[in-house]
Amino acid sequence: MYGSSDAAAPAAAREFVDQMNAGMVRTGADLLCSLLQQAGVDVIFGYPGGAVLPIYDALYSSSLRHILTRHEQGAIHAAEGYARVTGRPGVVLATSGPGATNLVTGIADAYMDSTPLVVLTGQVVTESIGRDAFQEADIVGITMPITKHNYQVRDIDTLPQVIADAFHIATSGRPGPVLIDLPKSVTSGPARDAVLPAPDARGYRVPGHPSDEALTAIQDAIRQARKPLLYVGGGIISAGAAETLRRFARVNQIPVTSTLLGLGGFPAHDELFVGMLGMHGTYAANQAITNCDLLIALGVRFDDRVTGKLQRFSPHSKKIHVDIDPAEIGKNVPVDIAVVADVGLTLQALLTDRLSADTGEWRAQIAAWEAEWPLRYRADDTCLKPQAVIELIAQRTRGEAIVTTEVGQHQMWAALFYPFSEPRKFVTSGGLGTMGYGFPSALGAQVALPGETVVCIAGDASFQMNIQELQTMVDYALPVKIAVINNRFLGMVRQWQQFFYDRRYAESRISSPDFVKVANAYGVLGLRAATFDEAKVAIEQAFAHEGPVVIDFVVLEEENVFPMVPPGKGTDEMTLEWEG
Amino acid sequence: MERTISVLVNDRPGVLARIAGMFSRRGFNIASITVGTAEEEGLSRMTIVSSGDDAMALQMVAQLQKLIDVIEVHDISREQTVKRELALVKVRITKTTRPEIAHILEPFRVSIVDVGHASLTVQVTGDVQKIDALIGLLRPFGVTEIARTGVTALLRSGVLESGFAGADTPYRPLIEAEATNDDDLFETERE
Ligand SMILES: Cc1ncc(C[n+]2csc(CCOP(=O)(O)OP(=O)(O)O)c2C)c(N)n1
Repeated sequence: MYGSSDAAAPAAAREFVDQMNAGMVRTGADLLCSLLQQAGVDVIFGYPGGAVLPIYDALYSSSLRHILTRHEQGAIHAAEGYARVTGRPGVVLATSGPGATNLVTGIADAYMDSTPLVVLTGQVVTESIGRDAFQEADIVGITMPITKHNYQVRDIDTLPQVIADAFHIATSGRPGPVLIDLPKSVTSGPARDAVLPAPDARGYRVPGHPSDEALTAIQDAIRQARKPLLYVGGGIISAGAAETLRRFARVNQIPVTSTLLGLGGFPAHDELFVGMLGMHGTYAANQAITNCDLLIALGVRFDDRVTGKLQRFSPHSKKIHVDIDPAEIGKNVPVDIAVVADVGLTLQALLTDRLSADTGEWRAQIAAWEAEWPLRYRADDTCLKPQAVIELIAQRTRGEAIVTTEVGQHQMWAALFYPFSEPRKFVTSGGLGTMGYGFPSALGAQVALPGETVVCIAGDASFQMNIQELQTMVDYALPVKIAVINNRFLGMVRQWQQFFYDRRYAESRISSPDFVKVANAYGVLGLRAATFDEAKVAIEQAFAHEGPVVIDFVVLEEENVFPMVPPGKGTDEMTLEWEG
Repeated sequence: MERTISVLVNDRPGVLARIAGMFSRRGFNIASITVGTAEEEGLSRMTIVSSGDDAMALQMVAQLQKLIDVIEVHDISREQTVKRELALVKVRITKTTRPEIAHILEPFRVSIVDVGHASLTVQVTGDVQKIDALIGLLRPFGVTEIARTGVTALLRSGVLESGFAGADTPYRPLIEAEATNDDDLFETERE
C-alpha cells in the first residue's frame, strides 16, 4: 500500500497517493487502453510524441498491438485500409500539433468515403490549452467539418462514455471518422478502471427499417417500370448488403451499375452487371443511366463524378433513393421516392415478391450497348499497356485479391479492368481522391487480414507520396505486392492537359528514383517489366515470392482512360476514343 | 423565403461553432442566431433565421440533424409561432424633440431604460416588423446606436406539439417537412 502520511511529499503527489489508495490505481492512459480493448480494438496505427507519452507508456505494458509507421499520414491511411477490408473501425494514435495535423488528409478522406475510424490525438495539458503552447493545435476545431463527430476529453470521468459513443458513432449509420483529443494531463492523471458503458449519444439516431409506405411506393414503381436500373454504391458494402442485393437483382432481373466505391458490392462477372458508371464509366452503364425509366439508387450520393452535368442526368427516370443518411436525399438530385433506411433491410423487405415486369427487352438493349462499345483498349506489341498489367494481375490472382489503389489513371484502370466479385476487396480513395492513400492502406489491409493476397496498384507519382512506408512494410513483414504503373507522368493530370489544355504538359512530367533499387535498399524484392512478356514473368515471380515485392511496370507514357465524360457534360456525351 | 429553424442542442463547448461552421461551409446564410438555455438542464435552444427554397431548407434541417450535439430540429417557418426580438435603441434628444419622440414611442409600449442630456435609450420588444418600424421612425432624430438580439421563437400552444421529435422518433419529420403540401409522405414533387 501507499503511505499517505509523509508530510514532506508535495501536495500534488500526496493527492495522487490518496487517490490511488481510494481505488484510483491507474492513469488515464491505462484506462484508455482498457476501454479500447473492451471496445474490441486489437491494433492501433500510430506515431509517438510528447503529448502522447503517457499513452505510449501504457501501451508498453498493454497487449494492444501497435503498428509504428513512418508518417502519421501513413498511419491513418493504414487504419482506413484496415477498416475498409474488415468493416471494423480503424484506430489511429498521434501526438498533438504536427502529429495531429498530419492526420488531417486521412480524416477528410475517411469522412468522404464513410470509413469508420476512431482517431486519438494527444493535446497539451489542459491548463495550457488556448495559450499557443508548444505543439498545440486546435485539432478539434480543425477537424469539425471533416469528422462525423469529435471530442476533447477534459475530465477523465467522461472518458468511458466518450469512448463508447465514439465507437458507436464511427461504426453505425453512415460510418465515418470520430476524433478524440486527449490532453496530456488527462492521460497522465489518475483514473479508476471502468467498464465500457453502453453508448448514449442522445442526439444520434440510426435509421433502420423502411416504413410500409416507402416499401409500397418502391414496389409499385418497380412493377410499373420497363427499364429499371439499380445504381449502387459504397452503402451496399457498409450495410453488408451485397448478398441481398445479388438476390434482389437476380429475382427481379434488374441490371446493376456501380459507383467506384461500390465495386465488389455486386459480382463483376454477373450477367446483370453493366459496369461502373460516371466520368470513367462504361459506355453501357452511362447509356443505361441516361435511358432507364426507373433509377433505384441504393447507398449512393449522386456525386458529380457520377452524374456529370446534372440537367442531363438520367432525365427520363423516376428516381428512388434509399440511404441511411437523410442529408444525402435530394442533396444533388431531386428524387421521387425518398427512403431514409438501411439499404440491407430495405432490400430484404423487398425480396418477398418478384416485382419486375419483363425486363428482357431492356436487358437486350443493354447487351447491345455492351456489344457496341465494350470496355477495351488497343493492344500494342511494341510497348507495355497499363490496362494489360491490370488484366495480368487479375488473371494471376483470379480476381480474388484485395486491391488497393493510389489516385490517377491507374486507379481507373484498376476499377475497370479488375473484376471484383466480393465486397471489401477494393480499397480506393474515391471522394477525396487522395494520392498517397493506396500504399499505406494496403499495409493496413494486410495487417488486418494476414492470410489474404494484397496488391497495391500505384502510380509512379502517388507511390512517392508515402513511399517511406516501405520500412513499415518491412518491419512487420507484410507481403504486399506493389505494382507501380510507371508512365513517367502525373498521368491523369497529363490526360486533362492533353484534352483541355492543348497538350501543354505543365509540371505533369515527373521523375522517379529507380524503384527496383529503392526496393532493394529496403531489403525488398524489386522487379521491372517493360514488355507484355516481361510483365507476365514479373507477375509470376512476384506472386510466387513470399515476401513483399515492388514491380516497376514501365508502361506507355501517353495512354488515356476511356470512356470519359468530360467535365460539365452529360453521361451520354462520352468521349470513347481520342481522335485529336 | 425566410426560414426560422428551432434547434435543441447539447449545452457543450463548441456547439455554436459546429452549427455556424456547417452553415457557412454549405452556403446557408444566417440572418440571425440566438442561443439560450432551454427547458431542460444541459440543453440550449437556438433559433436560426435563414433563407432559402424548400430544398435548401430541407438540407438545412437534415444537415443540422446530422450533428451529434443536435437533439431536435424543426423548421417552423410555416408553423404558427410566437417570434420575438428585443432591441435597445439609443436616440439623440433635444428639448424640442423630446416630446415629439415621447409621442412616437407611446403606441410601441417601449421602456425607456436610460436617459441622458443628449440621448435616451429605449428597449423595445416584439416581432421584427415592429422593431424595424420603430427604428425607422426614430432615424430622423438621430439614432446613434442599436443592439438587437435576433429573433427567438417557439411554436404556439397546440400546434404540432408531437412534431418535436423525441429521442426515439425516427427521421420522419424530415420527410414530413417536405410533405406539407403533399399528401403522400414519400412522394415529393420533382422540380
Ligand atoms: C494529394 C493529391 N495531390 C494532387 C492530386 C491531383 N492529382 C490527381 S491524379 C494525379 C496524378 C497521379 O499520378 P500517378 O500517381 O503517377 O498516377 P497516374 O495518373 O499516372 O496513373 C494528380 C497529381 C491528388 N489527387 N492528390
